Amino acid sequence: MSNPQTFQIQEISAHPGPVPGQGTQRAEEVCKYVDVTTCIGCKACEVACVEWNNHPFRETTFDDTYQTMPTTEWNYWNLIKFAEDERDGNLMWLMRKDQCMHCEDPGCLRACPADGAIIKYENGIVDFQQENCIGCGYCISGCPFDIPKFHPKTKKVYKCTLCSDRVGQGLEPACIKACPTGCLHFGTKSDMVQIAGLRAKQLREQSGFADAGVYDPQSIKGTHVIYVLHDIKNPERYGLPANPTIPASYTAWKWLAKPTGLLLAGLGVLAVFFHRISVGPRLPQPEDPPPIEPQPDTLEEKRKEQP
Amino acid sequence: MSVSVDRFDERARREADHFGKTVVHRGELLRHPVYTRVLHWLVAISFVLSLLSGFAIYSPMLFKFLTPLFGGGPMTRFLHPWFGLFFEVFFLFQFLNWLTPMMWTDADRRWVKRVKQYTSNEARVEPEDVGFFNGGQKLYFWAIVISGMLFLITGVLMWFDQLVWRWLIAVSYVVHDLAALLMLAGFIIHIYEGTAAMPGTFRAMTNGTVTEKWAWTHHPAWYRAVTGRDSREAYEREKHRQAERERALANWERERDTPERR
Repeated sequence: MSNPQTFQIQEISAHPGPVPGQGTQRAEEVCKYVDVTTCIGCKACEVACVEWNNHPFRETTFDDTYQTMPTTEWNYWNLIKFAEDERDGNLMWLMRKDQCMHCEDPGCLRACPADGAIIKYENGIVDFQQENCIGCGYCISGCPFDIPKFHPKTKKVYKCTLCSDRVGQGLEPACIKACPTGCLHFGTKSDMVQIAGLRAKQLREQSGFADAGVYDPQSIKGTHVIYVLHDIKNPERYGLPANPTIPASYTAWKWLAKPTGLLLAGLGVLAVFFHRISVGPRLPQPEDPPPIEPQPDTLEEKRKEQP
Repeated sequence: MSVSVDRFDERARREADHFGKTVVHRGELLRHPVYTRVLHWLVAISFVLSLLSGFAIYSPMLFKFLTPLFGGGPMTRFLHPWFGLFFEVFFLFQFLNWLTPMMWTDADRRWVKRVKQYTSNEARVEPEDVGFFNGGQKLYFWAIVISGMLFLITGVLMWFDQLVWRWLIAVSYVVHDLAALLMLAGFIIHIYEGTAAMPGTFRAMTNGTVTEKWAWTHHPAWYRAVTGRDSREAYEREKHRQAERERALANWERERDTPERR
């Protein structure tokens, strides 16, 4: 929902032809780094998100956990997920900030059939443009993280913008600004990967979390929100897919099989046209005989006949 | 069930004839009653609307071309499932109406075997066993039935996508497209056969009648069934009549020309 002038666009959903200005400007890839090991579940980021985006405070759902509601919503883009887990016979409370991952290979953008409804900037932010959204919901099934949410009243889909309106002005996202423990970081992708790697190393070597690691799934070419997890071998424990993928119907099917289908349809139309031209029609039999008197074909013949 | 369906169709045809009519002139046969014609065009209109609005969403290449026809992207998205639903409902009635004549027979198997001669136009008159519908028409009908069911199932899943799993939506999306391509292939052939390929056919769906000549050429068994006359014989008689007429004309011409030459 930002001003597209701010960033250079890298990809446009369902856009045939080149992206205007693609690759003409230098842009750093941005990244949020979430260190779940230092998250205390205070939900300051949730509030900051609601405030910055001017969303109304909505009803919460109590389901015997500290979680505000079961999933993110169309006007609640940032949600701390609380998972109760066990480690060495003791309770371990896993708190993870759930939001759009801003994938390098975004499933929502691949799935979208509306030209310009989803755009990806050179800096890696994936942003929905509601004025172009047709509300079909394909992005919802294209997303491996269940993030885009449909608003039945406006019939549009909404999700986290990575505060593209703030980032465009040189500010960090609102959630980062609000975090009291410093578990949220924002910067370039390379910097974030580096400090996340250092933190994971520290956890492995000094804190006894032998499986600690960085969650930056390569099955979708990496994300622009990365996590440091206590146990990188089981991201499912945090509600994250180990190998997030985009359905082939939104990749191979859309860009290979569909144009082929259109081509075949076009060839079919040409085929019947040339069938008519070459083979000719099937007339009711027996065909009517030719006209009784052969008509003089040219003016020349007509002139000759005259006395 | 089939008895009650038949009774329903009979009644529908009768009722439709009350506010519409089909004029059958001499030398013509009634091909499609009012009820069938109205249904056919309701199915056709809703199909074309579904096809155009669907194609807008089907391919990024067509999005900008086709969405303006329906008032922009969101409106296209809103209308498409409704067009589809209308298509399904109208076709359901046509399905019941045509179920009996569309039953597959041995004659259709033979028709499919000689489809090459049919398309190359080698045999000018269809074989004696081709009835009200030929094998190709029946294939198209059953292709619509199959893709119609696929459209309905996958379409409803995509319409209420919040209620089912993500992978099911992704699969539905592909199946919906395949059904559309199958129907489009049949649709192109259908329009061609009904107009340019076989002159005298289109009026069967507008006026509701066809000439007897058309009937014994394209649907001999049906011609025999409704007239009680042998189609081959009728064809030969017409050929004979034509030859006679030509001979008579030639004679008349010769007689007219002779005095001048003397």
